[in-house]
Amino acid sequence: MSVLHVVVLIPFLWAAAVPLMRKWTRRLHVGWLIIPLPAVLFAYFIGQISEIGNQSYTLAALPWITSLHIYFTVYLDGLSLLFALLISGIGSLVVLYSIFYMDKQKEALGPFYIYLLLFMGAMLGVVLSDNLIALYGFWELTSISSFLLIAFWHRRERSLYGALKSMLITVFGGLAMLAGFVLLYMMTGTFSIRELVANVDVISGQELFIPAMLLVLLGAFTKSAQFPFHIWLPDAMEAPTPVSAYLHSATMVKAGIYLAARLSPVFAGEPVWFWLVSGTGIATLIYGAYRALKQTDLKAMLAFSTISQLGLIMSLLGLGSAAAFYSLTGESLLYVKATTAAVFHLINHAIFKGALFMVVGIVDHETGTRDIRKLGGLMSVMPVTFTIALIGAFSMAGLPPFNGFLSKEMFFTAVLSVLKLDVWNMQQLGAIFPAIAWIASIFTFVYSMLLLFRTFAGNKKFEKLPRQPHEAPLGMLVPAVILASLAVVFGLFPNLLSYTLIAPAMAAIHPALLAEGGQFEVSIHLWHGWTPEIAMTVGVIAAGTLLYRLHSRSKVLHQPLFEKISLNGVYDRGLRGAVSGAKRLTDWYMTGSIRQYLIYIFVFLIGSLGITMVRSTNLRWDFTGFAPISLYEAVIIFALIVAVIAVPFARSRMMAIILTGTVGYIVTLFFVIFRAPDLALTQMIVETVSVTLFLLCFYHLPKLKKELESLRFRLPNFLIALGVGVTMTLIALFAAGGRSFESISDFFLKESYNLGGGKNVVNVILVDFRGFDTLLEITVLGIASYGIYALIRMKRDDEAISAS
Amino acid sequence: MELYMAIAIGVLFTVGVYMILTRSLLRIILGTALLTHGVHLLLLTMSRLKTGAAPLLGQKAEAYVDPLPQALILTSIVISFGVTSFFFVLAYKAYQRLGTDDMEQLKGDEHE
Repeated sequence: MSVLHVVVLIPFLWAAAVPLMRKWTRRLHVGWLIIPLPAVLFAYFIGQISEIGNQSYTLAALPWITSLHIYFTVYLDGLSLLFALLISGIGSLVVLYSIFYMDKQKEALGPFYIYLLLFMGAMLGVVLSDNLIALYGFWELTSISSFLLIAFWHRRERSLYGALKSMLITVFGGLAMLAGFVLLYMMTGTFSIRELVANVDVISGQELFIPAMLLVLLGAFTKSAQFPFHIWLPDAMEAPTPVSAYLHSATMVKAGIYLAARLSPVFAGEPVWFWLVSGTGIATLIYGAYRALKQTDLKAMLAFSTISQLGLIMSLLGLGSAAAFYSLTGESLLYVKATTAAVFHLINHAIFKGALFMVVGIVDHETGTRDIRKLGGLMSVMPVTFTIALIGAFSMAGLPPFNGFLSKEMFFTAVLSVLKLDVWNMQQLGAIFPAIAWIASIFTFVYSMLLLFRTFAGNKKFEKLPRQPHEAPLGMLVPAVILASLAVVFGLFPNLLSYTLIAPAMAAIHPALLAEGGQFEVSIHLWHGWTPEIAMTVGVIAAGTLLYRLHSRSKVLHQPLFEKISLNGVYDRGLRGAVSGAKRLTDWYMTGSIRQYLIYIFVFLIGSLGITMVRSTNLRWDFTGFAPISLYEAVIIFALIVAVIAVPFARSRMMAIILTGTVGYIVTLFFVIFRAPDLALTQMIVETVSVTLFLLCFYHLPKLKKELESLRFRLPNFLIALGVGVTMTLIALFAAGGRSFESISDFFLKESYNLGGGKNVVNVILVDFRGFDTLLEITVLGIASYGIYALIRMKRDDEAISAS
Repeated sequence: MELYMAIAIGVLFTVGVYMILTRSLLRIILGTALLTHGVHLLLLTMSRLKTGAAPLLGQKAEAYVDPLPQALILTSIVISFGVTSFFFVLAYKAYQRLGTDDMEQLKGDEHE
């Protein structure tokens, strides 16, 4: 149990303690009791920076299920530290923000903070786990706590819909990821990520390697809302805004990014990985940016913007994986720059997107609406909020001097470097990357400006708003101000991050590219000379301004482009189709008719036995040992067959009963022929009693209708019955013909008198050698007679009611 | 002999299954009775027929028939008797209470 274990587990303990804090929370907002925890964790992780910066890492294992190689291993290196800082830092700010956002009287605060702490602990567990199974456990816990948080206002139908959707999609991906982890385990025999990375040579050629990669990527893509699994994120905006800011912009949606980055050392260098990660990322980038343009709800706009930016980071990770192809050459360093950009933009995005969500929350809180068509002119009444929004939006659009500008420039550098890639046909196809990146950046610019100016500039339309807007309380502004100032600080002094956070994180993503004790060169400058990237940015601003002007005038841009094909429609129809399909399937075969069920059973019996007989090779037709048949026996067999066949033709019930009795008595005769006196005796008695019982029951039934169903011959029934009969005959012949070993009955015959003291061998077997059978058979009879007694005494419900 | 017994067993199974697939509860029970007979004869046939005297040691015969299947069948007869009588009374009560022994009517209404 190391400090790191405590760090992961303490949010859970804290969550368990929340209900116990009731006493102090009568007056105090619960959030004040929560906030010290993430703040202390943040301080702890800040303290780790200097250690991790020196290429060292912390590792501690706690045995969990050792027989299955499952340990709760915590592992802190550059990448984990970066994420842990984001989780605890933004976590503290979000908790502070939520204290002022969530009303103490109206909201169920206890559950809210319990879910939030569960999420925080789970997320820390995801980024700090070294064991894949532990990681998977925490991964699903983030899905579950996210589900609870999205459905926090559970009386709203949209919240429940959004929560269910996100749950189904992320759990689907999570299970696929688990399968991928199991495949990795099958190849290497370990669940530890570090050992996997050390064994890359062993696994990269195996045939399970690509399936494992695809399954793991499915988990990463669904969690990080990559196309086409992004559809859950816009609907998750039904959650309270602090939750959207924390989970759905800064932390949980980056879990997929984390996974892709963490497993990069295992999979990178494979063309499939490169194509899937960068291709999906770039598709998500352009699709999210385009859809964000169309939104009128501020949070929906931010949701699509998040999708788009996550696509950007994912595509950078994919491009960076090309570096593994050229190991330790100058060229690899070219692609490593993509990874630098990914890590840097990851930090930047968490900062500005958190700030923007808080801004939207403030606007919603103070005006009562998030609809961009109703808002406008808030600049003068909410100057501080406007400033924060300005910094956030400019940073998101990639304008100097904010941090988003730098990461966007680096993104352009990375996509331009694709043109120099001389493998996998990139010379021809590579040009797609810069083109899409450039267009997506224009879209990003336009929606950022829409978000900013439609809300804060323009005419004041306050009379339409549900509330009269005014500046937000200080407590809501402080966390947003902190994030906005970070955006400025990292924009002006990016090298604050270079060697403290970015270089160690890159060392974790590209371990193979570093010489022992080496360090990546990370130099980010606000001004880097006249480069093609600057030209691209100028182009983005020019084209973006033009498009922004057009956007407000031209109606064409407001038309949805794909009205017919909507991924949400596919999801909704798929879900409804699955439900109705399952119902139709069940209705089709579960009819409630016993005849149908019996037909399934008999057809299966015929099928399975028939196929087994056809396929088996050692069946013998051997009639040599068969006993001869005499005339007398032939007559009895003939009589039996006639009596049996007559049963279904009997017109009345009575006749059928008597014919069945006849069959029973003929069976008695067989027992006599085949030298089984005890059987003959018993059979005769049982048959007599049975027939009496049959007749008693059905003769005395008062209003028995003559025969409710005509004895129509039914061909399907007959065919099935014939099939069963033929199958049983064949089995009987095969079994009787080919006996493979001698019976144990010689023992019974020999020892019946010596050991059992009786000469009737059958009886000695029944009560002596195999007495247990008899005991239980007596029990069966006893139970049957009790059951019959109970049935007869049972009164009708209405009789019982009238009697009492 | 075994060949003819196998055919007779097949006929017993055919008719038993055919009866089970009909709609009348009484015929279903009769079908199970026929199936039971089929199974008992199958058990007996499997151990080879007429290979010696009845398994009573007092006869001092050279060979006896296999006593083990006889013990098994005896147990089975008693158990199937218990089960059949229970089914009978059940069918009788069901008829008394519901007024029908048609399985299609006994299946009940989906929207009940």
